[in-house]
Amino acid sequence: MTTATLLAETCVPRFARGTRLQYDRVREQWFVQAPERAFLADAVAAEILQLVNGKRSVAKIIDQLAEKFSAPRDVIAQDVLNMTQELADKQVLLLA
Amino acid sequence: MTSSAITKAPPPMSLLAELTHRCPLQCPYCSNPLRLDPRAGELDTATWMRVLDEAAAMGVLQVHFSGGEPMARPDLADLVRHAVSLGLYTNLITSGVLLNRDSLKMLSDAGLDHIQLSFQDADAQEGERIGGMAGAQAKKLEAARLIVEDGLPLTLNFVIHRQNAERVPAMLDLAEQLGARRVEIAHTQYYGWGLLNRDALLPDRAQLEATEQAVAAARTRFGNRLAIDFVTPDYYAERPKPCMGGWGQRFLNISPSGKVLPCHAAESIPGLTFPSVAEESLEAIWQDSPLFNLYRGTDWMPQPCQSCAFKEDDWGGCRCQALALAGQADATDPVCHRAPAHDRIEQAIAERPETPPAFRYRRYSNTI
Repeated sequence: MTTATLLAETCVPRFARGTRLQYDRVREQWFVQAPERAFLADAVAAEILQLVNGKRSVAKIIDQLAEKFSAPRDVIAQDVLNMTQELADKQVLLLA
Repeated sequence: MTSSAITKAPPPMSLLAELTHRCPLQCPYCSNPLRLDPRAGELDTATWMRVLDEAAAMGVLQVHFSGGEPMARPDLADLVRHAVSLGLYTNLITSGVLLNRDSLKMLSDAGLDHIQLSFQDADAQEGERIGGMAGAQAKKLEAARLIVEDGLPLTLNFVIHRQNAERVPAMLDLAEQLGARRVEIAHTQYYGWGLLNRDALLPDRAQLEATEQAVAAARTRFGNRLAIDFVTPDYYAERPKPCMGGWGQRFLNISPSGKVLPCHAAESIPGLTFPSVAEESLEAIWQDSPLFNLYRGTDWMPQPCQSCAFKEDDWGGCRCQALALAGQADATDPVCHRAPAHDRIEQAIAERPETPPAFRYRRYSNTI
């Protein structure tokens, strides 16, 4: 079920109550903890989600990652927008 | 010899903490064993705290506080708080009948992450007949209202069988009306109490298909607002379910008296020794106990599992079901169409009586 609305860079994502990003020291991997399931966050997802704090806009997250990885902004933007939308669809992130 | 004797088993992802078998309800499909643990044998608070310490240290990510009715334990909020302090994700699996504003606030303040609330039906009268508790439905509806008001994410759980299957659309509507984020439409699994009551519970194929259609329609209607988990009755499946994600692969269950089990029904398998948290560490039990290594991986498998392309998908199915229906815990799950004992499943479906017999309720006095 995809939503029709396109995500705007002005959106400010935050974790819904009952979901969070967590570093697992035993497996040395990042996980998204959510109701009744924990799923692995890959390297890209972990970088993005570490910047989600309920204050930073999507635009700001893209800027920071583009600078950190010295990568073209439009490439980073695609990753961030896609993932934010996907996790909003899964009720992991809320968008304001 | 199992492969885990050489390589370490990966750590478990989740722990089901069955704090008590006491429960005000008496659902005839309860996942608790037929032989219920009495109150006198329940682990004390300090032992559960230590178990949580050990679970977090070995890599458990989520703890599901369950029962019986876990809210019957006065130390529940303390256990939740301790689990939260260890970074564990905390889930409460409750019937809701002991939940009120005060008890919920204690859990919410302790940092509880999520609640799974069970309903026996969308219809109050039927729900109370199935659960064997008068007045339960109003308490559950109030519990849902309080949980959503608090802001805690809520999953509703409905166990489906021949006596409530026609109301799956109403159950899905109820989940949406109550503001649940998830709903589980979970057909009964037939071991323990469910097997004892199989003729009273097993739906026919037309009923099953109607529930599948209701879920598909609701997914279209609700979209991302409501996540729906559908669990099929494996008697009508082509292949067995990967029970617990494989024996000793992802999951630990601790009984009220402290036995550590690979699944909540494992005590039905005779001739096994069940390790206890009172005697050994969780890590030692997980890695080294004969119980956890018995059906871990694929080395134990008989044919046709051993040469099957799906053996690491379904892990040979459910050991308890193999025991209950084929008479051997190390047999291929009879649900599998290639299993030598698959006729037991076909027979159970064929011999299902037209009129469901009376429930044998889950109570201490009905314990076998």
